[in-house]
Amino acid sequence: MSKTLIRGAKVLGGEAQDVLIDGETIAQVGTGLEAGDATVVEAEGKILLPGLVDLHTHLREPGREDSETVLTGTRAAASGGYTAVFAMANTFPVADTAGVVEQVWRLGQESGYCDVQPIGAVTVGLEGKQLAELGAMHDSAAGVKVFSDDGKCVDDAVIMRRALEYVKAFGGVVAQHAQEPRLTEGAQMNEGVVSAELGLGGWPAVAEESIIARDVLLAEHVGSRVHICHLSTAGSVEIVRWAKSRGIDVTAEVTPHHLLLTDELVRSYNPVYKVNPPLRTEKDVMALREALADGTIDIVATDHAPHPHEDKDCEWAAAAMGMVGLETALSVVQQTMVETGLLDWAGVAERMSYAPAVIGRLEGHGRPVAAGEPANLTLVDAAYRGQVDPAGFASRSRNTPYQGRELPGRVTHTFLRGRATVVDGKLA
Amino acid sequence: MDTSSTGVTGSKSDADAARAVLEGPDIARMLTRIAHEIVERAKGADDCVLLGIPTRGVFLARRLGAKLEEITGRPVPVGSLDITMYRDDLRMRPARALARTEIPGDGLDGRLVVLVDDVLFSGRTIRAALDALGDLGRPRAVQLAVLVDRGHRELPIRADYVGKNLPTSLRETVKVQLAEEDGRDTVLLGVKQTSPADK
Amino acid sequence: MMRHLISAADLTRDDAVLILDTAEEMARVADRPIKKLPTLRGRTVVNLFFEDSTRTRISFEAAEKRLSADVINFTAKGSSVSKGESLKDTAQTLEAMGVDAVVIRHGASGAPYRLATSDWIDATVINAGDGTHQHPTQALLDAFTMRRRLVGRDAGLGQDLEGKRITLVGDVLHSRVARSNVDLLHTLGAEVTLVAPPTLLPIGVEHWPAHVSYDIDSVLAKSDAVMMLRVQRERMNAAFFPTEREYSRRYGLNGERMAKMPEHAIVMHPGPMVRGMEITADVADSDRCTVVEQVANGVSVRMAVLYLLLGGNESATPAPAARTEESK
Repeated sequence: MSKTLIRGAKVLGGEAQDVLIDGETIAQVGTGLEAGDATVVEAEGKILLPGLVDLHTHLREPGREDSETVLTGTRAAASGGYTAVFAMANTFPVADTAGVVEQVWRLGQESGYCDVQPIGAVTVGLEGKQLAELGAMHDSAAGVKVFSDDGKCVDDAVIMRRALEYVKAFGGVVAQHAQEPRLTEGAQMNEGVVSAELGLGGWPAVAEESIIARDVLLAEHVGSRVHICHLSTAGSVEIVRWAKSRGIDVTAEVTPHHLLLTDELVRSYNPVYKVNPPLRTEKDVMALREALADGTIDIVATDHAPHPHEDKDCEWAAAAMGMVGLETALSVVQQTMVETGLLDWAGVAERMSYAPAVIGRLEGHGRPVAAGEPANLTLVDAAYRGQVDPAGFASRSRNTPYQGRELPGRVTHTFLRGRATVVDGKLA
Repeated sequence: MDTSSTGVTGSKSDADAARAVLEGPDIARMLTRIAHEIVERAKGADDCVLLGIPTRGVFLARRLGAKLEEITGRPVPVGSLDITMYRDDLRMRPARALARTEIPGDGLDGRLVVLVDDVLFSGRTIRAALDALGDLGRPRAVQLAVLVDRGHRELPIRADYVGKNLPTSLRETVKVQLAEEDGRDTVLLGVKQTSPADK
Repeated sequence: MMRHLISAADLTRDDAVLILDTAEEMARVADRPIKKLPTLRGRTVVNLFFEDSTRTRISFEAAEKRLSADVINFTAKGSSVSKGESLKDTAQTLEAMGVDAVVIRHGASGAPYRLATSDWIDATVINAGDGTHQHPTQALLDAFTMRRRLVGRDAGLGQDLEGKRITLVGDVLHSRVARSNVDLLHTLGAEVTLVAPPTLLPIGVEHWPAHVSYDIDSVLAKSDAVMMLRVQRERMNAAFFPTEREYSRRYGLNGERMAKMPEHAIVMHPGPMVRGMEITADVADSDRCTVVEQVANGVSVRMAVLYLLLGGNESATPAPAARTEESK
């Protein structure tokens, strides 16, 4: 087996140390380690993190291979420093059977760029009416632990209650896309000052908050745990904070774009800013950052949502919702959380690697950088400054809201079980 | 038609550089003479309508109208004819603000229309005015009165009544100032300057 | 003035006054034996209508034809647009045909803005109504009508609507007319009051440069013009208000309410009116109601916009204070 010595990296942003990888595991962590026959990666000044884990990725395969495939999506993930991603269930066909989740799981195995853990649909066809075979998906080779109708909300309170109860049998979790459907009919953007001016259908914060409030109470009532996808409002933060203080087993995620962008950008009518949940206000952005810092929000998840060019090169109302995010997530977190002093690099490791793996019950990822652990690692040049150029993306899609924007930091190396998937910023 | 344009705000320096070739009394005398010529040629001018071309042609038409009334003892209808939207150089400049077209009550059909302008130069303004007239009615005849004819015609157009023939070179500019707009009556002969206004 | 007309909010006070003054001259063309000017000869204007709106389309068409433009009407119904062709493809087709201006009506807010700012097409874009966003020529014709009636036809030249009290009543939430009017009237110095049931006012309306009231009777006596906005009956089904009868009782304009308005005040409506809903027949047919006048003024205002945007080699710049006079 091959050996790699990462020399002089600041582990989790701390003291410079050498990390020796032997085969699939970390053999040694210390100073002045001998390279021997190992390949040496000079990492002076760089930050070494555990491989990132994304609990919320849309890989689009099967069904929309024109926007992304498991292969291109995992290449994008590796470029962004990820070693594992959870693939959302809203494919065509929907990942609501053991067959589909196993297919996605196998494609992930074959890609070799990062591990792919399929998420199963909560209800058949994401229609919110009948529970999918959650147990069968769990028992399949894919071993599904996270279930979500993401893209749609499990809005029926009874179905949601049953799902929360049912997954307790095998330690699963329901990840809710909180969007009250009646309050968001025809909704195009955050409802507020800007939507009033632009004449775009309003997407009220309460449509998200009312579902979160209901679901934390349901989780409490049935004694299950619930995960809330992409929190986007200050009010949602307050509800989750209250639920946690009450001891309710709730976890929550925030996307990088909700940590940085606001609905003011919609004034351009450029659909690259069209996303679900919508971009909110400055006040919400600040509340989300604070909540991520204090742990009310547990993790950052990308909600990487690739769309082909033509689905964004059109008028706002006709455009698809979503942004790609795997390749810019860490940079956005660095800018919004690290450089603002809200989070240190150990905190980033917690929010982007350890905690997502724990919520998703994913073995072998989100482990400390220590001897004996799997060698899933990400090396970051935090001093780097550069403009985002989508032409260089590994993802098949280019729908990034950051085009031309200067963001800090760059992933120079990613290691998946000891094997370099990214070397010097390029896919290996 | 107009190869140079001088903003009102910039006209002070132009005026300093320019030479006055006609003063108030000259202008008044010329208008009196033109009025007499109109009466003579139009045999009493009883079907005459004066149409001034904005901006200064309108003031000249009003003055001419007053003189005609003095001579004939009858009021003479005076109006204005904005030719902006009939110009052939519209696409060479930014769109301009429009001036008023005011056709006297009885219209133009069967009447003698005398167009009045300050300076006759390329003739393109008058060409545009003739086009505009065609959309407004069918006069018995159309004549042209100008205060100054500076030559350099680009079209087969000539004035019926001329205050003064002023031979000029193309490098020169002729600017008419009238009390109603400029505070004094004068005709200035200057040298064209290249300025941002001359694009 | 900019190259496109997308939103009334983009107009400065001087831009707007220049358009209104120009429209006043254009209006005189309608009184002439030959209602035509050669100004836009050789220019091609496309009326690109993705929504049915015969009124707006024929108003633009009349304006374009009076200025001698070549007019192409492109209505989405029955065209390839209804078969799924995108706005972008349509725009690129028009670009290939060499059109100089596109007058666009679209159901999606922001579609004209997209058209003007994308690289799909080079032509001048004039917004003829987009979704619930803007309808700038409607606001201009409304302002033109107000200036004529409240300031005067000749006395109004060069003037704005400083101090005039304008009340808009009805479905503000879904109204592009309301948004455009609030922007333009504010720019022109008028004092705007919006009256509607709270369900028909957008969240965020408190940031608009307008007063808001739920009570029509309290504002009528202090209004120089009252503009009634159309209320679609289907709003009732979405629970914006309980019944037609209750709406017209609380927010409709009837003869009794009109009598509370000052003597000089006018009643406006962008049309088409829903008689019996927001306005009673006797009010709609009264001398104070300017609906028919607004239609006529629409042609003049659209002529002015077309001329100022397309008449020269670039858009007009308003400089009424320092008008350029040529020496010859």
